[in-house]
Amino acid sequence: MTVITDALCPFCGCVCDDLTIYVENNKITNIKNACKLGASKIMGHHRIEAPMMRADKKSGFKEVSYEEAINEAAQILFKSKRPLMYGWASALCEVHKKGILLAEEVGAIIDNTATVCHAPSTLAVHEKGLPTATLGQIKNRSDIIVFWGSNPVHAHPRHMGRYSVFAKGFFQEKGRKGRKVIVVDVRKTETAAMADEFVQVQQGSDYLVISALRAILSGHADVVLGSVGGVPKEQLVKLVDTLKAAKFGSIFFGMGLTQSISRYKNIDNAISLITELNAFTKYVISPMRGHYNVTGFGQVCSWETGFATAVDFARGAPYYNPGETAANDVLMRKETDAAMIIAGDAGAHFPADSVRHLARIPVVQIDPYWNPTTEVSNVVIPVAICGVEVEGTAYRMDGVSLRMRKMVEPTLPTDVEVLERITERVRELRGE
Amino acid sequence: MTLNAILITGRTINQGATIENKTSSDYQEATALCELNSKDIGILGIKPGNRISVKTDHGDVVVKLKENNGNPDGMAFIPMGPWANAVVDPDTKGCGMPGFKGIKARLDPTDARVLPMKELIARYK
Repeated sequence: MTVITDALCPFCGCVCDDLTIYVENNKITNIKNACKLGASKIMGHHRIEAPMMRADKKSGFKEVSYEEAINEAAQILFKSKRPLMYGWASALCEVHKKGILLAEEVGAIIDNTATVCHAPSTLAVHEKGLPTATLGQIKNRSDIIVFWGSNPVHAHPRHMGRYSVFAKGFFQEKGRKGRKVIVVDVRKTETAAMADEFVQVQQGSDYLVISALRAILSGHADVVLGSVGGVPKEQLVKLVDTLKAAKFGSIFFGMGLTQSISRYKNIDNAISLITELNAFTKYVISPMRGHYNVTGFGQVCSWETGFATAVDFARGAPYYNPGETAANDVLMRKETDAAMIIAGDAGAHFPADSVRHLARIPVVQIDPYWNPTTEVSNVVIPVAICGVEVEGTAYRMDGVSLRMRKMVEPTLPTDVEVLERITERVRELRGE
Repeated sequence: MTLNAILITGRTINQGATIENKTSSDYQEATALCELNSKDIGILGIKPGNRISVKTDHGDVVVKLKENNGNPDGMAFIPMGPWANAVVDPDTKGCGMPGFKGIKARLDPTDARVLPMKELIARYK
C-alpha cells in the first residue's frame, strides 16, 4: 500500500493541501482529511470507459477508437464557422494552455465555467480593482469575517476550518473566539446559523444595502431610509460600527451577489465599500471561487490572450465582451454552430434554451463522466481525471498557484494528449 | 393551492457530492427538489416529499418538495442542476450571466412524476 501525504484536493476553490490518500494496486482505497465533496470526487464514480459517437442525438452511442473520435472532433471544429469551446474548470492549467491554442487556430470562442459563476466579479474588477489578500493572510490576521451571498458550509466545507472562521492563525491564536463572523444572505443558511450576526436582505436588494452601508460609512446616515432591502436602518448603522472596529476585515462573496439582478454591479459596489473601509482600517474582499481550478483558467487565459474568459478568436485576434461573447450569449442567439465541452457540464448548468441549442448543433464532449452534456453530444472522448490521475498546476481561489499531485496512474489518455491530437488533425485538415 | 414564489438556485453539499455522478439516483435525490419553509408548504396543502410543478416564464419542471425553515416566506430554492435550469431566466442582461436567482415562479401540487436526468434532457432534443 502507498500512502500519499499532503495531497491536494481537486474539488472546490479551497484546494485543501493536507489530504492523506491510501493507494492499493493503483486504486484509491481510503482518504483522510477530505470533506464530503472532495472525498466523493477522489474516491471516484462510474467512468466513461471508451470513446463514443453517434450522428443522430436521439439514437444510442457506438463505441469507437480514440483515433476515430479525435478525427471526428477535429472535423467538427474544422467545419464550424462559429465554434464554442467551453468548460475548463475541472482541468489543470496545462490543459487550458492547449485549449486556448486550439481555440486560436480554429477561430473559436473560448469560455469557462466562471461565466455562470464569478465572471461578473471579473467585470467588477475591471472597474474597481480588487483589494484582496491570500487565505494565509486572512487566516493569520482577520478578526472580522463576512460571508455575503455565500454558503461555505455547503459549497466550501473546509474553508471556515482551514482559512477563516475557526482557523488559528499567527495573530489570531484564539481561532473562532478571536473572530467576529457576519453573514449577509437572503435566507438563514447553515453558515448564517453559525454567525455572530445575520443580516437578512430581500432577494435582489444587495446593491441597495451596500449603498446604504457606504452612505452611513461616509457620515450620511441621515439620507438612509428606515429600512433598506428589508434590513432595519439601526442594524445597518450598528453593522458599520462593527465593520469599522476591525483590525483586519475580510469579506467573502458568492453567487448571491454575482447571480442576482444587478450582477457585476453588486460586486462593483462591494469593492467600493471595501476601498472606503480602508480609510478607517484594513479590509480585503475575495470571491469564493467554485471549482478547484476555475481561477487557473482566468490566469492562463489572461496571460495568453489578455482577457480572463469569454474570448472570441473569430477576428484572428482575441476579442472579449461578455454579454456578446460569453457562452450563454452565443448559444441563446443560436449563433454558435458547433461546440466542444471539456471539464465542465453545460448540459447541467446552462439554462434550458442554451441546452436546447446545444442539442441542435454538433457537440464534442471531453470528460471522464457521463452527464447531461453527454446526452446532447455527438462525440464523447473520456479522459484521465486531472488532480487525481494527472499532476499539474492549479490556482486556489485566492490566486495562489499550487502543484496538484498524481494519486494513481491514469488508464485513459489525458486532456492534454487529446487536445494535442485534435490540434494536429485540424492542422492536417487545413493542409498544413 | 397555488403558491407564487421567488425562486433562487444554488449549491448544496449533496448536490456537490454527487456532481460527478449525474446519472445516479443520488444526484436526482440531491437536486430534483424545491425547498420551502413550513408556512409555504402549508399554503400548498401537501407534505415534504410530495411532488410539485414549478412554472416560470421560461419553462416548467416537476420536483420533490423539501422543508427548509431558513427560507423566508415566498422563497423557493432549487439546488443548481438540470432541474433548476429547466425554469431559470436565460437572459444574461448584457454581462454573460443568466438569471439563476430571483425568478418569479408558480408552484402547484402535482401527481406528475419527476423526470430522470436523461428524460429531462431528452425534452430539449
